[in-house]
Amino acid sequence: MWQYLLDRRDLIAFQAYQHVSLVVQCVVLATVLAVGLAVLAYRSPRITSLANSVSAIGLTIPSFALLGLLLAPFGFGITPAVVAVVFYAALPVLRNAVVGLAGVDQSLVESARGIGMSRLATLWRVELPLAWPVILAGVRVSTQMVMGIAAVAAYVLGPGLGSLIFSGLSRLGGANALNATLVGTIAIVLLALVLDVVLVLVGRLTTSKGIRV
Amino acid sequence: MSETTTAPDQRTVSGVAIRLEGVTKRYPGQQKPAVDSVDLEIAAGETVMFVGPSGCGKTTLLKMLNRLIEPSGGKIFLGDEDVTGQDPDRLRRRIGYVIQAGGLFPHMTVGTNIGLVPGMLGWDKERIAERTDELLDLVGLDPEVYRARYPKELSGGQQQRVGVARALAADPPVLLMDEPFGAVDPITRQRLQDELLRIQEELGKTIVFVTHDFDEAVKLGDKIVVFDVGARVVQYDTPEAILAEPAEEYVADFVGAGATLKQLTLTRVADTELHTPVTAQAGEDSAAVVARATAAGEQYVVVTDGRGRPISWPSVAELTRTTTVPATRDDRLPVVGLRSTLNDALDTMLAASQGGVVVTGRRDSVAGVLVVEQVMAAIQATRGETRG
Repeated sequence: MWQYLLDRRDLIAFQAYQHVSLVVQCVVLATVLAVGLAVLAYRSPRITSLANSVSAIGLTIPSFALLGLLLAPFGFGITPAVVAVVFYAALPVLRNAVVGLAGVDQSLVESARGIGMSRLATLWRVELPLAWPVILAGVRVSTQMVMGIAAVAAYVLGPGLGSLIFSGLSRLGGANALNATLVGTIAIVLLALVLDVVLVLVGRLTTSKGIRV
Repeated sequence: MSETTTAPDQRTVSGVAIRLEGVTKRYPGQQKPAVDSVDLEIAAGETVMFVGPSGCGKTTLLKMLNRLIEPSGGKIFLGDEDVTGQDPDRLRRRIGYVIQAGGLFPHMTVGTNIGLVPGMLGWDKERIAERTDELLDLVGLDPEVYRARYPKELSGGQQQRVGVARALAADPPVLLMDEPFGAVDPITRQRLQDELLRIQEELGKTIVFVTHDFDEAVKLGDKIVVFDVGARVVQYDTPEAILAEPAEEYVADFVGAGATLKQLTLTRVADTELHTPVTAQAGEDSAAVVARATAAGEQYVVVTDGRGRPISWPSVAELTRTTTVPATRDDRLPVVGLRSTLNDALDTMLAASQGGVVVTGRRDSVAGVLVVEQVMAAIQATRGETRG
């Protein structure tokens, strides 16, 4: 396996880069979308419970099935992969953002309004910063989860380490088949750990000292 | 508009009058309005206390003043200006607002919290920083120490002080306070009340203050409004008048009028004869101070810090054992303000197990000493008065 790694280090490095790049970009996009949706939803209890059920049910859709279904409108390639990864990444963030925003102490919101902050300023300067640690916890869950889903996305010829796993699996028993599968899987696990550490650091840098636990 | 008639001394007034005309709040689906056509006039620079049972609409009425609750009818004037139709965000930047525990934003430093309103009003950074330090000083917190702290690093009383500083940041003419001292312990509450009285004496804002504690209302208010359900104004008068002549049975029950010791809450420390103590600055030569005290026939010496604020109250015997006057701060030192009531003074003495309290005036400097015998004499006098 070591020899296999050395022989193909360029290819593996490139696929790892593609994999992380896909995940990071999709998570960023998903976070923006999910927080935006949460902002629209959290004030109404009805929409909040709707958002929660959507995110619970959404997560039960098998990723393989969703990718298959997405092939019809988008065809093979990067688009269905991105759509699927963003979809899954958005769900935990959406749920946490709604919970986080709804959990902001109402007396603080009133206090913000009471000293003359507009609705938007209150959201931007008080509610979002206070909900941020909870939102970020959602982002961490998302990132871990879509590292795996992005591998499945290779099935529709998306980029990343998944292609290594799938090519290995498809010719199991052949030369280097097991090596390819193992290297792909282990690389994903390692990268997921690295990304998680990065997110913890981002959390420390972006969370106010005043609300850090 | 009208000047402060209740204050015997010339007081600075930077507040404006507030006038309510038929202010009403109706909630959909409720038969009776929560606030039913209230007319009220509050003079500039006065502190008016709203008291009444919970659910009587006093808080609703307060929140209509800065339109956190939109009135269903009636008009609100600040000075001569009708603000009923004004943009609420801009209106609120002209009205200080203090809630329980200060309502500080936990993710911002003390300095940032205080600078919020000036920031929204477009002040430049330097001016905001200057103003922040000035206000921290006003509420008795050292700017160097507290400016960069986060609210969670402060005690409840300190948070409340910062809350008051934030409300005063842009020098608003009107201050609304919604049960601000409800969540702190009695001793801290009394200190905060003293501080508010002191600040108010310096600034002369128009303050509307909601409380359920009638003693607090008597102590802080120039006037008290007693409300019944639907924010019906049952009585609007000075604390003395309400205690002496409650307008209805309802008020009498509510204020507990008739209790002679209630009068203790009407007598201010400043109204009694204060004893002038021997004072010494921390770091002075002990022998000289002891000599001074002995010459004056005193048993105790009040030690102050560099700014004249009392820090400890050692006996002469204790001082003779030192070479220089120690700068240690006694956290249990009993202190009240000039505008504290005798009730507070007695409470403070009991809490500290001391026979006296140090009285502070402007900027917390020593104004004198009050001993328990004097409080007893005052009690005797008022009892005599009410009996005779």
